[in-house]
Amino acid sequence: MAAILAIACILPFAISGYHVSQFSQVLIYAIAMLGLNILTGFNGQISLGHGAFYAIGAYTTAILLEKTGIPYWATVPIAGAICLGAGFLFALPALRLEGLYLALATVALAVATPQILKFKGFDCWTGGVQGIQVDSPAAPFGLPINTDKWIYYFCLIWAIALVIIARNLLCGRTGRAMIAIRDHPLAAATMGVDTALYKSLTFGVSAMYTELPARWGRCCLPMSPRTVSPCSFRSNSWSAVSSAASPRFRAPSSGHYSSSSRPISRIRYRRRRPTPYSGSS
Amino acid sequence: MQGFLHQLLSGLANGGIYASLALALVMIYKTTHHVNFAQGAMAMFSTYIAWALIDAGFPYWAAFGLTLFFSFFAGVAIERIIIRPVERGPALTVVTVFVGLLLILNSLAGWIFSYTIKSFPSPFPSTAWYGSKYLSSHEVGMIVVTLAVLILVFLLFRFTPLGLAMRAAAQDPVSSRLVGIRVGWMLAFGWGLAAAIGGVAGVMAAPIVYLDPDMMSGILLYGFAATLLGGIDNPWGGVLGGFLVGVLENLAGAYIVGTELKLTVALVIIVGVLVFKPAGLFGRTLVARV
Repeated sequence: MAAILAIACILPFAISGYHVSQFSQVLIYAIAMLGLNILTGFNGQISLGHGAFYAIGAYTTAILLEKTGIPYWATVPIAGAICLGAGFLFALPALRLEGLYLALATVALAVATPQILKFKGFDCWTGGVQGIQVDSPAAPFGLPINTDKWIYYFCLIWAIALVIIARNLLCGRTGRAMIAIRDHPLAAATMGVDTALYKSLTFGVSAMYTELPARWGRCCLPMSPRTVSPCSFRSNSWSAVSSAASPRFRAPSSGHYSSSSRPISRIRYRRRRPTPYSGSS
Repeated sequence: MQGFLHQLLSGLANGGIYASLALALVMIYKTTHHVNFAQGAMAMFSTYIAWALIDAGFPYWAAFGLTLFFSFFAGVAIERIIIRPVERGPALTVVTVFVGLLLILNSLAGWIFSYTIKSFPSPFPSTAWYGSKYLSSHEVGMIVVTLAVLILVFLLFRFTPLGLAMRAAAQDPVSSRLVGIRVGWMLAFGWGLAAAIGGVAGVMAAPIVYLDPDMMSGILLYGFAATLLGGIDNPWGGVLGGFLVGVLENLAGAYIVGTELKLTVALVIIVGVLVFKPAGLFGRTLVARV
C-alpha cells in the first residue's frame, strides 16, 4: 500500500506531461467508480443516470467559477453539497420502488438532462449549447510544477481523502445499514433501518462522488467533458450509445479545448460518433 | 383550435410508435419480468436491415416483411443465446446484460452501416391525406399500421393455440411445463414477437426521426413512459399509454414547455407515475409479504 502510494507520488516526475494527464484521468475514474461502488456494490441499487449528476456537478462548478469568481478549490464543497442534495431529492421518490423501476427513472433522467441544460431559458447560466469555458488552475504557492502535475497531485490528494471517507462511511453504522439493505431489505426494515432514507442518502453520496470527478474532468483537467464518463458498469461508451448521453458530453464542450487536451480528446473521441444530436420526434 | 387539432392528431400518430414499443416492452416484461433496455437498439437494427434491403432494390413492403421475419428470428436468437443464461440472475446482472446488448447492437449498426444519418423512405405518399390539413399521409399510415399490428397480436394471443400457450407460460411457468408447454421456447417466441413489433415501430419512426444508430433512444424513453403510465404488466394499458404519452408530449411541446424540453415531459411522466401511482393506470398493484 505504502509502495503504491510512493509510486503514485513520484510518478509525474518520471513520465511525460501527456501521460501525467492520463494518469490524472485514471484517478478521476477511480473516484467515480468508488461512487458507483458504494451505490451498487454496497447498497445494491442500479443507476444508469449518474451522467446527469456528473453534468450537474460540472455545471455548478463552472457557473460558480464564472459568476462568483471564488477560487476553484472552494467550489469543491459547494458543488458537492448541491450534488448530494440533487441525488438525495431525486432518489427519495424513485427508491421506494424496486430495482428495475429505479433503473428506468435514472435512464429518463440521463436522457432528459442534456435537453434541460440546453434550454434557452437557462442560457445565461449554462451557456446553452456553447457551454462554459473554464481555465485550468495553475499550481499554488509558487510550487515549481506545471499545471498537469498540479492537477495530478490535486486529484491524488482528493482520491486518497475520498477513499478514506468512503472506508469510514462503509465500516461504521451507516455502512452496515447499507449492506443490510442490499442483502435483505425487508429484514433491514424490520431491524429498524429506514430503508428509503438510507437508500436516498447512499444515492446522494454516490452522486457526490460522481460530481467530484466531473469537476476535475471539466475544470482542472482542461479536457472536453465528453471524455469523462463516470459510470462504471454501464461503461464509457454507454454515453456514446444513447443520443441522450452524447449531447450531455458534447453540449458544454465547444470552445473548451486547450492545447494540452487535444491529444486526449482525440484518442478518446475515436469511439464516439461526431454527428449532431438527431433528437426524437 | 386548428393548431390544437393538428397537435392532437400528430400526437396520436407519434403515440402509435410509442404504443408499439410499449407493447414490445410489456410483452417481455410479462413473460420474464425484465425491462428490456435494448428494445430501442433492437428496433434500430431492424430498421437498418430494412434500409439495406430497400437500398438493395427490394420493393418497400417486401423489405418490410423480410425485416419483420429477420427481427423475429434475431429476437429468438438473442433470447436463446444472450438472455437465457442470466434469466434468473439478480436485477443488476440482467440490466448490465441489456446495456451490453444495447452497446453491441449500437456499435454493430455503426460499424456495418456507418454513423452518418440516413433518410428513410416512407411507403405512403408525401401529400396531405385527402386534402386534410391536420395529418400527413405518413402519419395516417403510421396509425393504421400500428393498429393493424395490435389487432394481429391480439388475434394471435386470443385465438391461436400458440398464443394460449404463450399466455399460459407467462402466467404460470411451472403448471404450463406440467401440461407439456415448452416454456423456454414460449419465452423465446415472446422475444421474437417483441423484436418484430419493435421493428415495426422503428421502420415507421425512421422517416420522421431519420435513420442513425441513436434514433430510438428518445423514442424508447417515451416507450418506457407509456409502459409505466399504462401499467407495466398490461398490454392494453401499454398501448393506451403510448397514445396518451404521444398526445401529452405533443401538446406539452406545443403549448407548455416548447419543443426543446420534450424529453423532459417523458421524465416528468415517468417520475410522476412512479411517485403517485406506481402500478400505472391499469396495472396490478404489487404487494410485498413481510
